[in-house]
Amino acid sequence: MRKIILSILILACSLPVMSQSDGKPVGRLTGNFNMEAWYYLKDSVIGTEVPPEKTLMNAYGNFRYEYGNFTAGLRFEGYLNTLQGFEKGNDGTGIPYRFLSYKNDELQFTVGNFYDQFGNGLILRAWEDKNLGYDNAFEGVHVKYNPYKGVYLKGLYGRQRIFFELGDGIVRGFDAEFNLNEIFDTLSSIKSRLVIGGGIVSKYQKDENLQYNLPENVAAFAGRFNYKRGMFGLKGEYAHKINDPSADNNLIYKDGNALLLNATWSKGTFGVVLDGKWVDNMSFRSDYKAVEKNLLINYLPAITQNHTYALAAMYPYATQLTGEAGVQAELYYRLKKKSLLGGKYGTLITLNYSRVHDIERETEGLSNDTLGYTDQFLAISDELLYDDFNLKIERKFTKKFKAVLVAQHVSYNKQIIEGKGGIVYAKTGVLDLSYRLMRRHTVRLEQQILLTEQDRGDWYSAMVEYTISPHWFFSLMDQYNYGNEDKDLRVHYYTVGMGYNKGGNRIQLNFGKQREGIVCVGGVCRQVPSAYGAYVTISSTF
Amino acid sequence: MKSLLFVTLVFFTLNLSAQQIPSADVKKMSGETVSTSTFQNDGKPMVISFWATWCKPCVKELNAYSDNYEDWVEETGVKIIAISIDDTRSSGRVGPYVNARGWEFDVYLDENANFKRAMNVPNVPHTFLIDGNGKIVWQHTSYVEGDEEELYQKILELAK
Repeated sequence: MRKIILSILILACSLPVMSQSDGKPVGRLTGNFNMEAWYYLKDSVIGTEVPPEKTLMNAYGNFRYEYGNFTAGLRFEGYLNTLQGFEKGNDGTGIPYRFLSYKNDELQFTVGNFYDQFGNGLILRAWEDKNLGYDNAFEGVHVKYNPYKGVYLKGLYGRQRIFFELGDGIVRGFDAEFNLNEIFDTLSSIKSRLVIGGGIVSKYQKDENLQYNLPENVAAFAGRFNYKRGMFGLKGEYAHKINDPSADNNLIYKDGNALLLNATWSKGTFGVVLDGKWVDNMSFRSDYKAVEKNLLINYLPAITQNHTYALAAMYPYATQLTGEAGVQAELYYRLKKKSLLGGKYGTLITLNYSRVHDIERETEGLSNDTLGYTDQFLAISDELLYDDFNLKIERKFTKKFKAVLVAQHVSYNKQIIEGKGGIVYAKTGVLDLSYRLMRRHTVRLEQQILLTEQDRGDWYSAMVEYTISPHWFFSLMDQYNYGNEDKDLRVHYYTVGMGYNKGGNRIQLNFGKQREGIVCVGGVCRQVPSAYGAYVTISSTF
Repeated sequence: MKSLLFVTLVFFTLNLSAQQIPSADVKKMSGETVSTSTFQNDGKPMVISFWATWCKPCVKELNAYSDNYEDWVEETGVKIIAISIDDTRSSGRVGPYVNARGWEFDVYLDENANFKRAMNVPNVPHTFLIDGNGKIVWQHTSYVEGDEEELYQKILELAK
């Protein structure tokens, strides 16, 4: 009897396993962990303060469990207390992200927290970037359904995360995408590829405003296409939002709209990218009172280059949600290997130009002053917000020696973007040299200079980095504001750092002063606020 | 009785060795949706490298792989898949950017970081080596010059 029971037990245990033995996984637990802790020091010249806690820390850990078609996950986050430069609203700990999901070939549903994007994000994008302190995840229900090959439907209901809470508004969204080459067999093998799609997003927020009669339901629509033929590509999206008075637009009732276009072409080692963009009153949040990075439903990408060299990124640009018009052109050309100009290993040249203006608004003769202004679609004002012209040359001279040269000119309308400071014109030069001393040892010297008559004046930056593959790196950096009009503010922002990597683990120690911007050291890039002190970062993927 | 136990154990171990890459939707340059669960290389090793156009070390890493790719494929049959996490601010540049650099990898867009999250990648660059059964056997975060040699050693070990 005991034998029989035992056999049945063992069989019962092995049955679900046996049925899975056609290559599907048994349960699998994975995740990651990331923490950054600072010990702060005071510097009255650059204006850093020591918080009462002396030391602050941001950390998170993701855990993800998969079993066949099921996935479950959660993220613990702790801000004890929040690092300087991030919003203090996060102080504390919690599990703001947790979900359960089921998926088969046709249907996937998720309950709990989720991220998603419709098209280019013009009407909906929930995403997170811990380095930027950004997270507008939804909490609710998300469904994906593929009823037929090439047909992708998505729908969601949810409220959005704000720190460890949820915002007031309820967001409802539906998106459909059709891959015409997949749907119609006769188109499956032709060279032209076409994907079209569209979506609608609506938010509901109870009107409790005593002064204004606010719309409780606000809808936005978008349509898009993506065409590709060989090396030519053209894609675009148009979005329209009906009346949405908010803190961003000073409670006007005018509709908003946005247009994005992107064309690309390559041939051999030559490539070109052209972008065009129009945005008018398109901030879209699930709470009309929300500001800054909070409770945004949509995403309006900037079409200016995202620079990684610190001084070239001194004056970065972000989309003006209330209105802007911009263009960008980029050319790539790689000089062939073993040619006269290309050298033994070839040389890559990149030219980039982008320009953003304000849009033209007309405020006179308005029949209804709650609209705020009128405008013509695609009418551009003379007011320059930003332009950036830059040239980059990358060349490998020998097996051991590589160089990158960047020259840039930027015009930055600080007056409009930050609310003060007029227009800043800056010229930047970068020379980045790396030399492989031994098989695993490389030394890199990065020099940058920024020249401007405005703002804080001229800067010079130098960095030496020594790396030993595959585990170690050491770096020494100094950014010197030598051209500051105020002699007391001619400050050295120096940092010494070292790090150790092994597999999915990384630990890094740094000491110094940080100027705001994107910093890439020892192989990782991230956005950092200004601060002074010592800090440690640990990250692990498992 | 013992044999039953043994059979059960065998089933358990069989299953443990048969893993699959987490499933997420990514896009081809043409905008077509592809599920990452379809990534495969006929039982040969596969490298999945997360990168972005704005990430200098990522581009260095992929340049280094590109310099060696022909030899690596010939010797081990390895396939490299480059996952761009550029969002719609810069994802439109990826096609010409890759062509001009002459990268021969399979490149996909992960504009909203679905696959990045499924693979638990905190920062780019981050590279995984997958064996013929779809199991992650090695990974590396960040890139410094020379790291490609360690990766190649691991690929060679798998290809044996």
